[in-house]
Amino acid sequence: MMPAIKTERLTYTYSPGTPFCKTAVDDVNLEIEEGAFVGVIGHTGSGKSTLIQHFNGLLQPTSGKIYIDGEDLWADKQKLRAFRFKVGLVFQYPEYQLFEDTVYKDIAFGPRNMGMSEEEIDKSVREAAAFVGLKEKTLDRSPFELSGGQKRRVAIAGVLAMKPKVLILDEPTAGLDPKGRDRILSQIRDYHSQVKNTVLLVSHSMEDVARYCGKVLVMNHSRLFLYGDTAEVFEHADEIREMGLAVPQLTRIFHRLSDAGYPVRRNIYTMEEARAELEKLYASKERGRMGC
Amino acid sequence: MENRFLRAENIHFSYHTGEGDTPAVVLENLSVAIRRGEFTAVLGHNGSGKSTLAKHFNAILLPQGGTVYVDGMDTREEENLLNIRQTVGMVFQNPDNQIVATIVEEDVAFALENMGVDPPEIRRRVDEALKEVGMYEYRLHAPHQLSGGQKQRIAIAGVIAMRPKCIVLDEPTAMLDPRGRREVLRTIRKLNQEHGITVVLITHYMDEAAKADRVVVMNDGRVLLDDTPREVFSHVETLKQVGLDVPQATELSYLLRQSGINLPVDLLDDEEFAAAWQALMEVHG
Repeated sequence: MMPAIKTERLTYTYSPGTPFCKTAVDDVNLEIEEGAFVGVIGHTGSGKSTLIQHFNGLLQPTSGKIYIDGEDLWADKQKLRAFRFKVGLVFQYPEYQLFEDTVYKDIAFGPRNMGMSEEEIDKSVREAAAFVGLKEKTLDRSPFELSGGQKRRVAIAGVLAMKPKVLILDEPTAGLDPKGRDRILSQIRDYHSQVKNTVLLVSHSMEDVARYCGKVLVMNHSRLFLYGDTAEVFEHADEIREMGLAVPQLTRIFHRLSDAGYPVRRNIYTMEEARAELEKLYASKERGRMGC
Repeated sequence: MENRFLRAENIHFSYHTGEGDTPAVVLENLSVAIRRGEFTAVLGHNGSGKSTLAKHFNAILLPQGGTVYVDGMDTREEENLLNIRQTVGMVFQNPDNQIVATIVEEDVAFALENMGVDPPEIRRRVDEALKEVGMYEYRLHAPHQLSGGQKQRIAIAGVIAMRPKCIVLDEPTAMLDPRGRREVLRTIRKLNQEHGITVVLITHYMDEAAKADRVVVMNDGRVLLDDTPREVFSHVETLKQVGLDVPQATELSYLLRQSGINLPVDLLDDEEFAAAWQALMEVHG
């Protein structure tokens, strides 16, 4: 199958030829499968934001190539606009980008720019609003009357309504409380499993990545440190901590128990797995004690 | 000396949303006291009233009913205002909204200049404050070139240069990466432990709250729980019901207890969990 996103020796340098020259993305080779749900992690300045801005052509690589659905993004500048519709990017704190006088018009802005018919626009707006749990009557309200969490969902719906093949969200839960966070992330998960598109979730929270993402992409010092299955990535917990990232407390528990000599897996990162693993360990001890 | 440094007594507060609308009640007959020198974390879902409460602690907002005392001063008395603002410093969520100058040290000096402190004294206090937050070597940098965690520490330096007795921080780490969060928390804890500054930390991160001396949980404008972190986080069900989490170590021990594995109810982090598990296994050995 064709990868949804592919990069070849992708390199990006800010302000080349000046004293402020900095290589933010260095020689990244990557293939992201269609339909994957990928967590993107890396500390501030690791290059993750610069990298994702290449995926819809906001930045042009200094050298190297980037392919979306097998097509070279920069082969023909006339086609760039089509890639921007194909890859939807939700920025951090997207609620500050709302500007229309009703929620409906705000969500309809992207689809209208794409040249959808009025009928298609209406359908996409209503579908997108439903995905993020906005009620029909909210569509007629001004986005500026809504709560912070609602505004953010309007902004996300505005990108979903364009039906992107790849959806990239840059820290969609920053500043939300645990309930608001779980709500948005489970809506994105439901959307992903229904639409079966490719989703990239940039997050500082390893707990969230562990809970929702099947794949993880780790950037460190402008380079790709690792791209793999979530379980595989959590085996590198020590290196990830050294990069200044946080490993879920659960994973740290299992590393401590494993270091203390207990026969437990080191790549545990969800509550269900953790519970099952310790129940198993406890049961085997109990059996040992009973002498059977 | 009065031990209750900040005192809210039966306070009421509601926002008027528009003409003819019913006002939105944010704080309802709320009473809470913050003790001198204590590190208190305040938890609550968005809209629970935590930020509104925080703004009552340095008279940005005044209670519509009831009374707030800051180090014995009634916040409604206008002649107390300057004194209150110098007693309680505030740090907000977005560092970019709090930085006013183009050079780090000028930013830290801003409030002191407004207060009319003598220039040599300003110099001394700015240097001290920057060293305190570990940003002295950046004193001549431009704030926009710093990371979020560094900017937030500059904001904290600007507050401690005023020599407040108390700092109230409203989600200071919400926009930071894990490293920035660690830097900021370490700084806050040091101010509390080494200088006895009273700290009120509003946060959504349960692991930050777990390290406080005390945790106040707000829900619908009232205080739901107010105790040590160990005690507060043992109420797993209650916290989940009001949209909050508990640390993962606490949740895992809670689930395992339901399966009949006799772990303590009050484990707060991975270290405590691993130690408790080892102790349990030895008993069964």
